[in-house]
Amino acid sequence: MKFVPVLISSAITILLIIIFNTRWGVAPPFGEFLSPQHGFWQNAEPVDKDFGQDLQLPGLKDPAEIYLDDRLVPHIFASNDDDAFYLQGFLHAKFRLWQMEFQTYAAAGRVSELIGPKGLNYDRQKRRLGMVYAAEKAVADMEKDTVSKATADSYTAGVNAYITTLKESDLPIEYKLLGYRPELWTNLKTALFQKFMSLDLAGFETDFEFTNLRSMLGYATFNKMFPISQDSLDPIIPADTLNHVPGIIVKAPPGSDSAYLHNNDTVSVQVTNKPDKDNGSNNWAVSGIKTKSGSPILCNDPHLGLNLPSLWYEMQISCPSFNAYGATFPGAPGVIIGFNDSCAFGFTNAMRDVRDYYEITFKDDSRKEYWYNGQWTPTDFRFEHIILKDSTEYIDTVAYTVFGPVMYDKSFSGSRKTNNKYYAVRWKAHDAGNELMIFNRLDHAKNYADYLEAIKWLHTPGQNVIFACKNGDIAISAQGEFPAKWKRQGDFVMPGTDSSYMWQGMIPQSENPYMYNPERGFVSSANQYPVNPLTSPYYLGGEYHNYRGLMINRYLNQMTEIGIEDMMKLQTDTYNPFAAMARPVLMKFIDSASLNTDELKYYELLKDWDLHYEADGKGASIFNITWDSLKAIVWNDDLEKANMPGFYPYNSTLLEGILRDTAFEFVDNIKTPEKETLRQDLNLAFKKAAKTCKNLDREGKLNWGKLKDTHIEHLAKIDPFSRLDIDNSGGEYAINSVKKDHGPSWRMIVQLTKNTEAYGIYPGGQSGNPGSPYYDNFVDNWAGGKYYPLWMMSKDEETDKRVKAIIRVTKL
Amino acid sequence: MVKYILSILVTALMAFVSGLYMPWWGIAIAAFLVSAAIPQKPAFSFLSGFLGVFLLWEVLAWWIDNKNNGILSQKISTLIGLGGSSVLLIVVTSIIGALVAGFAALAGTYLRRLIYPVPPPEKV
Repeated sequence: MKFVPVLISSAITILLIIIFNTRWGVAPPFGEFLSPQHGFWQNAEPVDKDFGQDLQLPGLKDPAEIYLDDRLVPHIFASNDDDAFYLQGFLHAKFRLWQMEFQTYAAAGRVSELIGPKGLNYDRQKRRLGMVYAAEKAVADMEKDTVSKATADSYTAGVNAYITTLKESDLPIEYKLLGYRPELWTNLKTALFQKFMSLDLAGFETDFEFTNLRSMLGYATFNKMFPISQDSLDPIIPADTLNHVPGIIVKAPPGSDSAYLHNNDTVSVQVTNKPDKDNGSNNWAVSGIKTKSGSPILCNDPHLGLNLPSLWYEMQISCPSFNAYGATFPGAPGVIIGFNDSCAFGFTNAMRDVRDYYEITFKDDSRKEYWYNGQWTPTDFRFEHIILKDSTEYIDTVAYTVFGPVMYDKSFSGSRKTNNKYYAVRWKAHDAGNELMIFNRLDHAKNYADYLEAIKWLHTPGQNVIFACKNGDIAISAQGEFPAKWKRQGDFVMPGTDSSYMWQGMIPQSENPYMYNPERGFVSSANQYPVNPLTSPYYLGGEYHNYRGLMINRYLNQMTEIGIEDMMKLQTDTYNPFAAMARPVLMKFIDSASLNTDELKYYELLKDWDLHYEADGKGASIFNITWDSLKAIVWNDDLEKANMPGFYPYNSTLLEGILRDTAFEFVDNIKTPEKETLRQDLNLAFKKAAKTCKNLDREGKLNWGKLKDTHIEHLAKIDPFSRLDIDNSGGEYAINSVKKDHGPSWRMIVQLTKNTEAYGIYPGGQSGNPGSPYYDNFVDNWAGGKYYPLWMMSKDEETDKRVKAIIRVTKL
Repeated sequence: MVKYILSILVTALMAFVSGLYMPWWGIAIAAFLVSAAIPQKPAFSFLSGFLGVFLLWEVLAWWIDNKNNGILSQKISTLIGLGGSSVLLIVVTSIIGALVAGFAALAGTYLRRLIYPVPPPEKV
């Protein structure tokens, strides 16, 4: 019986190993995860780590150097374009591998592979929208052009050069936590990342919501709730400078008045995972006549979802054909928002509606044929293979019509109360386009002509591309390829039984509104209408923001002798122009004599508020709470009739409605027999708001910084890897448009003097590793409105004290 | 006494080497081999395996954490419910490795005894 102790002790050992080597639910295998030589400890980077090394990499053509500066910003010096993009891919992978791959999983609808069946709905949304289909087409376009093919191939090879040498213990911590390994990078993944951005920037639509509102309340009422213009309009291009004869004369199909606008057919699809409707941005460029230095200054701050690791990665890429510095996207080659030795460039979102739905009539449940232009037309099927975490496969069969993929049907219940209808989606991001080239060309651009050549490559997502050059030129163009639409086309679900409701063509690029060296001395955009929508030959669709643009133009019109400091002040300005217009109405109608002591306290605070979104003040909070309370009182009775409470019209509609006429028809509560007035609504709203304020005040949460509660979440929502404690100024209508989890994702100011002087910052850090001091080290300075000088290094500055490490690479 | 200290140190060393070439459970093989090679009483062999890896992981984790200023250990400690304490995380880390190594060492000693039976103690 002497072997019994051997068996027992061996069994216990093996059992312990199995227990500690197994993933229990979301918990990682503790033995592996905690082992100091394998697990997370290996990701705990020494704070004084020396990143310098000599590397031999396969596929590199010539020796090259990468200088890492004190903020861990790499400065690549390569001998040719291919090596430059190769090294960019290598660095993106070295510092941001998990993030760049995770984003492509999200884009491709592969989240179920990581989290199992609870990701299925999300994945099917992405597959049925045709994300992979669109990316496959984009790869084909990318690989057709020799320049973009070489760029993408080099980038992919660089990413893979890093992945193939990666040891298990060096895997980014998220792989260890979630239990998977990186795949090799491909050009398809680069394309998927582009579609990820297209979805974020050009994927927003409210077609189903609008259809229901129109059907339940009638077109006339809908039209008042969602008008196609705004009173306080200050479009990007002030007057239509082109005065052209439109290349396409769009006509609404005959009978669309009754069949479309006054149709009362409702739909019951609820779209989840919507892109953020707040995706917006500011950019402006002033010419030398307005600056202290006499040279142009270009500024840009794209407002996007804020996450860690950040969407952006800062770098300089230098090779004989170009030398560019700026923000790059881990997942794509090139500098995206930045500057080179001659000029600077930036973007804001064009906001146009390029995603529409058509109702399809299939012959039967097999979906093999659909009715189109008077005959049964065969369907194409695309089989989407979704792999679940346990390796089982879910096959989603998606029907493709002449309009696009059928996103919603009987089989995709998603969040839909099924009504057995079929809706195909027509999305501009499915069309041909080689967007890599715009960045490649902008990085190389030397003058205005190069800029014009570059922006031609942009199809989707449409952007207001801003430009300034050392020779003094400034320009902006509302760029992209947009469908030429008739009024209200695509705002509602359209009939899909023939071609009459299809997009009738694309607006010729030569007709995109632009401005070049205008007399006023500046160009700007902040997601407002590109031109006056009432005089535009094409219907613009989409949701536009007007208040930031209003302020930017007001300030820039007044400013002269502008220096960099002034631009920093402007980018971080917290003045709320919306409140400035709304408060007088509130003050006029709130009956202060009827208020109790508590209410009076908040009334006084609101009255004396300086109209800035200041973190440590209460005024911005009281205003917001009051406005939200008013909004609910005014709209919810109508919205409830359409069973859509909370789907509020734009704030500008209510504000302009009550500014125009205090008898604004929606102030009446349609559920009561009497006729309510604005005065009644407002007093009720304020009393409700005061109660909310009092409760928040008691919990110490009424200060704007606390109420706004800005946080930067880790991409996989792992709280300890997030920054949840940011107490900063700014808000929706301010130029400094910081919101809960959204805001200026990269602030950049470039003064194009002989020696470029540039500043920038983003809320994150250069390393994607939560165990690195460089993971989130920019966050506090970003929250405080500070900037870092952007150092365009030259090769002979190798011994500059800012250089902290040198990576020398040679061909393997 | 010297034998036990020696076996603790050799276990730590072998466990470290295993970590360079093997998955984390290489520590079990290291502890097993050491106690199969060095004759020890079962209780002491468990303790030497346990302490060998406990010390190794404690020192490694502490060393890494110290150079990292505790940036990551605090986050992980919060994540797995240890309240953000780096010290506690280092101790939990070490105990997990130590338990595995302790039982593996015990198995090694029993196996040795199976092959080379210990002579019964002389009667007084």
